[in-house]
Amino acid sequence: MTTTVLAATADSNPVLNISIFLVFVIGTLGIVFYVNNRQAKKTAADFYTAGGGFSGTQNGFAIAGDYLSAASFLGIAGAIAINGYDGFLYSIGFLVAWLVALLLVAELLRNTGRFTMGDVLAFRMRQRPIRAAAATSTLAVSFFYLLAQMAGAGALVSLLLGISGAVAQGVVIAVVGVVMIAYVLIGGMRGTTWVQMIKAVLLIAGALVMTVWALSLFGFNFSAIMQAAADGSPKGEGLFAPGQQYGKSLTSKIDFISLGIALVLGTAGLPHVLMRFYTVPTAKEARRSVEVAIWLIGLFYLFTLVIGFAAGALVGPEAINNAPGKVNSAAPLLAAALGGPVLLGIIAAIAFATILAVVAGLTITASASFAHDVYINVIKKGEVADTEATQVRVARRTAIVIGIVAIVGGILAKDQNVAFLVALAFAVAASANLPTILYSLFWKRFNTTGGLYSIYGGLISTLVLIIFSPVVSGAETAIFPEADFAWFPLANPGLVSIPLSFLLGVVGTYVGQKRHDGSKYAEMEVRSLTGAGIAKAEVH
Amino acid sequence: MSTTESDEQPGGSTPGAPDWAAAQASPDFQELRRRLRGFVFPVTAGFLAWYLLYVLLASFAPAFMATPVLGNINLGLILGLLQFVSTFAITVAYIRFAGRTLDPLSTKVRNEIEGGR
Repeated sequence: MTTTVLAATADSNPVLNISIFLVFVIGTLGIVFYVNNRQAKKTAADFYTAGGGFSGTQNGFAIAGDYLSAASFLGIAGAIAINGYDGFLYSIGFLVAWLVALLLVAELLRNTGRFTMGDVLAFRMRQRPIRAAAATSTLAVSFFYLLAQMAGAGALVSLLLGISGAVAQGVVIAVVGVVMIAYVLIGGMRGTTWVQMIKAVLLIAGALVMTVWALSLFGFNFSAIMQAAADGSPKGEGLFAPGQQYGKSLTSKIDFISLGIALVLGTAGLPHVLMRFYTVPTAKEARRSVEVAIWLIGLFYLFTLVIGFAAGALVGPEAINNAPGKVNSAAPLLAAALGGPVLLGIIAAIAFATILAVVAGLTITASASFAHDVYINVIKKGEVADTEATQVRVARRTAIVIGIVAIVGGILAKDQNVAFLVALAFAVAASANLPTILYSLFWKRFNTTGGLYSIYGGLISTLVLIIFSPVVSGAETAIFPEADFAWFPLANPGLVSIPLSFLLGVVGTYVGQKRHDGSKYAEMEVRSLTGAGIAKAEVH
Repeated sequence: MSTTESDEQPGGSTPGAPDWAAAQASPDFQELRRRLRGFVFPVTAGFLAWYLLYVLLASFAPAFMATPVLGNINLGLILGLLQFVSTFAITVAYIRFAGRTLDPLSTKVRNEIEGGR
């Protein structure tokens, strides 16, 4: 089996792969161009949120497309193939997290904001400091996430296109960045949403095909796939139970719990996820979006469970670890083993599409936050002659700057171990954003000082703990393996930083001014629960 | 969005704007608020506790999780899949609850506010 797989990867046809990839890029750019020309009005609402004109079902697909990154597809499948059960643990956190969004955040956020997280937080606070804080946190999360995606794109190429070498990887990162900027500039949120919907359909369909195909080889008996994976693994039936990846020591177990908490609480604080709730007209449609997204994301993670064990069974851990992309190559190698170069090419193109859709979503979120929160409300204090045109212009320029930063950052970081950046983004989102959002929505006494404490406290504590963790120094796998200034034992800071930020929000609130005008909270609460006074969706 | 530098934005004083404080104090709104919080707070506490229990079992009781149930399908896999089942079930339950119990009341309160301008 191993030899045929290696032959299949050697057969991996770069021309075929690039052609399929080009078809996707040209096809989606065409659609982005088409929907934009047909529907766009050049307003800020249109650029940031497509005028709130998508249906809940459409947005549910777009959320799945925005959320399911290449890390979840390639990373989780690979982790299951190598470490068995422990890879599955990730996907559970990523899924359960959506209940926080469904029950506590999506609808209330839709009813109280227009474009950004800052809108909700600033509803009853002092505008400038709280918007500046919200934008800082949004830009930090987006930057970490974007850097991880871009660096991952470079690593993927060596595997998927059979190209290696620093220059070729750099070129691919630049191409991803340029296409991403094109989606955002041409299509704004409407175009980006369409790209995400298309990608969600392709990704889930691709995963479904691989799942059914692999199951059919084992008589649709999942237990038999598990057995075959165990037979080919040095870990044997140890794959079936937790502990292969995180069970090594007490520290690694606590580290995993810390990661699990950050995943569950971080999702509903990710700015690019929050912004998606503004692309629908009502709270009811926002609810429907999350419902659809939960079904799609849940199904997808069930598929990755089968794909992971099937990759272990049909490709084998040795072949996976010897492939250029290591763990990330499990799913593409399985595609090659099942369907030869054509299926490999399709899955490779889907992986690229995944990166493109996610980075475009991050870029538009970050540029909206900069233009709307920082430029209009903080720098210009809301006093701009033509708010609409100005902020769209600023947002477009910001998107270009972010794209360039992402390309340069991605090229510089491509040889680094950047997997921790995604976990870091979730940890910041869970520490800085979620407590502040929940307090704003549910706690009458909460005030500006409390908001600043929880945002900056969460952001700074997360960053400080990461800098002094084994991720940065004091371990062989660290960014600076020779140095050792680590005193925090966990690679995932959430266990400390999340409770700390919740606490800081309370402390700040009581430290801050007592003078308190309940009427603004009355307005926020009534609007958040009823949708009264909501800006109506633009009719297309 | 207006820009002010007081600690809280002044609210409710604009002529013609809805009286939010009165709307908030209305029995219908209080009931809506009670129903929403009565559902989402306990359910959130429940699924977070259930998830935490699962993560703790996976970390500290791998032998328990390895207990075979059916072929190679063990307790760990079943508990993991039950996390999927509970997530789907809570989603369906909330959608039904919101559609039947929250939406009629929130529509009523909204119509009163917007009709009363």
